[in-house]
Amino acid sequence: MYKILKKEELNPTVTMMDIYAPFVAKKAEPGQFIILRVDENGERIPLTIAGYDREKGSVKIIFQIVGATTKKLNMKNEGEYIEDFAGPLGVATHTDGLKKVCIVGGGVGCAIALPIAQKLKENGCEVTSIIGFRTKDLLILEDEFNSASEKLYVMTDDGSYGREGNVCVPLNEMFDAGEKFDMVITIGPLIMMKFVVEATKKTGIPCTVSMNPIMIDGTGMCGGCRLTLIEDGKRVTKFACVDGPDFNGYEVDFDEAMARGGMYREFERHAYEETCNLFAKEGK
Amino acid sequence: MAAKINMNPERNPMPAQDAKARGKNFDEVTYGYSEATAIDEALRCLSCKHMPCVSGCPVNIHIPEFIGKIKEGDFEGAYQVINKSSSLPAVCGRVCPQEVQCEAKCVRGIKGESVGIGRLERFVADWHNAHANGAVNKIEKNGHKAAVVGSGPSGLTCAGDLAKKGYDVTVFEALHTAGGVLVYGIPEFRLPKAIVKKEVENLKEMGVKIETNIIIGKTLTVDELFDMGFEAVFIGSGAGLPNFMGIPGESYNGVYSANEFLTRSNLMKAYESDPVTPIMKGGKVAVVGGGNVAMDAARSALRLGAEKVYIVYRRSMEELPARKEEVEHAIEEGIEFMLLNNPVEILGYHNPDDRRDPKNGFVTGMKCIKMELGEPDENGRRRPVPIEGSEFVLDVDTVIISIGTSPNPLIKTTTKGLEVNRRGGIIVEENGATTKEGVYAGGDAVTGAATVISAMGAGKIAAKAIDEYIQSK
Ligand SMILES: Cc1cc2nc3c(=O)[nH]c(=O)nc-3n(C[C@H](O)[C@H](O)[C@H](O)COP(=O)(O)OP(=O)(O)OC[C@H]3O[C@@H](n4cnc5c(N)ncnc54)[C@H](O)[C@@H]3O)c2cc1C
Ligand SMILES: Cc1cc2nc3c(=O)[nH]c(=O)nc-3n(C[C@H](O)[C@H](O)[C@H](O)COP(=O)(O)OP(=O)(O)OC[C@H]3O[C@@H](n4cnc5c(N)ncnc54)[C@H](O)[C@@H]3O)c2cc1C
Ligand code: SF4
Ligand code: SF4
Ligand code: FES
Ligand SMILES: [Mg+2]
Repeated sequence: MYKILKKEELNPTVTMMDIYAPFVAKKAEPGQFIILRVDENGERIPLTIAGYDREKGSVKIIFQIVGATTKKLNMKNEGEYIEDFAGPLGVATHTDGLKKVCIVGGGVGCAIALPIAQKLKENGCEVTSIIGFRTKDLLILEDEFNSASEKLYVMTDDGSYGREGNVCVPLNEMFDAGEKFDMVITIGPLIMMKFVVEATKKTGIPCTVSMNPIMIDGTGMCGGCRLTLIEDGKRVTKFACVDGPDFNGYEVDFDEAMARGGMYREFERHAYEETCNLFAKEGK
Repeated sequence: MAAKINMNPERNPMPAQDAKARGKNFDEVTYGYSEATAIDEALRCLSCKHMPCVSGCPVNIHIPEFIGKIKEGDFEGAYQVINKSSSLPAVCGRVCPQEVQCEAKCVRGIKGESVGIGRLERFVADWHNAHANGAVNKIEKNGHKAAVVGSGPSGLTCAGDLAKKGYDVTVFEALHTAGGVLVYGIPEFRLPKAIVKKEVENLKEMGVKIETNIIIGKTLTVDELFDMGFEAVFIGSGAGLPNFMGIPGESYNGVYSANEFLTRSNLMKAYESDPVTPIMKGGKVAVVGGGNVAMDAARSALRLGAEKVYIVYRRSMEELPARKEEVEHAIEEGIEFMLLNNPVEILGYHNPDDRRDPKNGFVTGMKCIKMELGEPDENGRRRPVPIEGSEFVLDVDTVIISIGTSPNPLIKTTTKGLEVNRRGGIIVEENGATTKEGVYAGGDAVTGAATVISAMGAGKIAAKAIDEYIQSK
């Protein structure tokens, strides 16, 4: 059992928790993730390590409430426990040797991007960050990104905060102005990452994406998290949980990944409704 | 008193659930012998002096001796005989491929059917579990610590044997439940999870600590285990990553590896009425492959509500590697065997006019080619060759690929000095010692996908070697 040391609502749909998991905290690196089960009969879901405190033995997760399990997780309070918390899994984001990097985060993806930005900054790298949200109410981690970046662009789709438009707007402006980076790292919805990759492609700057396919074990046992890379024209199968979650954005077959992410939509909607009903009943 | 011999050439049949009914539930298929049937079956054993059956058992259980006890009605005595060589008789009695092991060597099999050794073993183990008083003998601790990686049959056995010798043993398991393939792979209807749980509970009572959610190579490394004071490490991490065929269409929604399908169904209980983990249910299902894993996937799919389940296998019935009993059960349940067929492509749905069509990316069928058996290969197995122009499309919406696994490199890549062979299996000496001092290994992680009993045997051998190693230090 893993204790919830701290819980904070970042916005109405995104929650942050610090979990006591000393083994995970000891090894965690930016870009890695954990797999958790909320309770004894729960499903296994992956969440990125959004931070860690090796001394306190705590690991930070930031999650968006999108369905049954994230909803159940959000019902847990400080001082309570979650059943399982395994990690750190996946390969850490490569940050060595990078001198100038542009980080592009979208929505809750910003939570995943933040520790990478912080680590880069620690390494003396010059970080430019672009963070994008649908609307002002969904904005998270602005201050944290501010202190981790030399330059920060905040975008909202509806213009209710920062600049109006998607994350590609400032990115393209920088590229047009001849700005060079050692790497662009992007984390967010698949469709956003796909556009960032397309925008970056014309510059020849390497572009790393963080993939989030549906996972179960997260240890390379089931093959459910597979995705296709197109390496030199050849289609190659990779397992995101052991080979990733970071991949070369130019090689990822995004359309396939999008189709796979929607495999259980029907089931998920039903499960979400059931969970909401359950909590409504318990509330009474 | 020399007991009379039962000269019936046929063995006592195994009582089983009706084939029609069981295709709709996950309850255990077979019920096991009653006391009377067990004694009757035991009386078929000739107590051969040269004991050919024993040489067929990978852990050399003293078969005539335990069967002799059954003849006398001393079921607990029978259990104690088996327990000297095997620590998982309730499991092995159910899932051992007996017909190619102990029973293959039984003299009664020459003219008629061999003694139902596996069935008797299961009976004895179940009898013991139902009647044992649960008291464990106090074991004196010897003050030494050993670590076990993985809680499959090899790891559980190694842990149990070391605990019996007084070691302070901790098992580290990556998943949230202990048991390895016994909990995530082999389905409930063939091996009830309560049996595995009981074995794990027994170990805990003996003082074995089980730490779940620890991935060795990630959470902790083997070297860190030594730093933590463990004097030896046993690696029983299992067979690893599923293989895919490398044909077009394997990423469509509805294509699973058998590991994923079975994990969703077993470990994550997707077979329950309102599961939390999704799985594709119903429709038409093709399972590619012919081993035990393929049979389990096919029979699980059927129970999850599939209207039609096919086994697609590129060789013929004779080469089918699955246990005979499982194949018979599958046929009885209505699974269709499409032998001498090989998939060449999985077909999927694309609506060019509507990218948001929810059917996009889902499987619509599987293209196969018919095969014939050609010349025998170096192993004497006749090689299947495609018949040109014989392609056809099988109408299915789920495809489960069950063509084997390759070792997971996680431990190897994080453990300096641990060497693996060309296929990725950990290299060991006869006693399980790896190329790294103090590190032992066994089971599927060494041999590639094999059997429960061989994994268990490897765990036993390694426990002995670990004891010798630590005591001689
Ligand atoms: C490596 C990785 C890191 C992730 N990090 C974060 C994070 O830091 N914060 C965050 O909010 N989300 C993260 N996610 C996504 C998160 O796992 C899903 O949002 C979550 O599983 C949804 O569960 P649910 O039951 O609440 O929703 P559901 O309604 O069941 O699912 C909603 C959608 O989430 C995706 N999803 C469902 N089950 C899984 C699963 N087992 N594995 C992966 N995706 C799934 C599917 O696309 C699905 O359509 C990450 C995913 C991966 C693979
Ligand atoms: C579906 C299916 C059906 C089968 N049917 C039969 C049958 O009828 N009869 C038969 O004899 N055999 C059968 N087998 C084969 C048999 O189950 C295996 O040979 C046996 O379980 C191997 O045991 P093991 O201890 O080597 O590994 P496993 O049972 O695979 O256990 C390995 C354990 O190690 C854990 N692990 C892996 N990596 C790590 C890590 N890095 N850190 C911590 N833990 C880790 C895994 O999560 C797992 O729990 C079947 C196999 C499958 C998949
Ligand atoms: S363990 Fe398996 S091979 Fe050995 S006697 Fe029992 S059933 Fe036969
Ligand atoms: S070979 Fe058959 S009959 Fe002979 S001792 Fe073994 S089980 Fe009994
Ligand atoms: S989640 Fe199972 S192999 Fe990656
Ligand atoms: Mg869910």
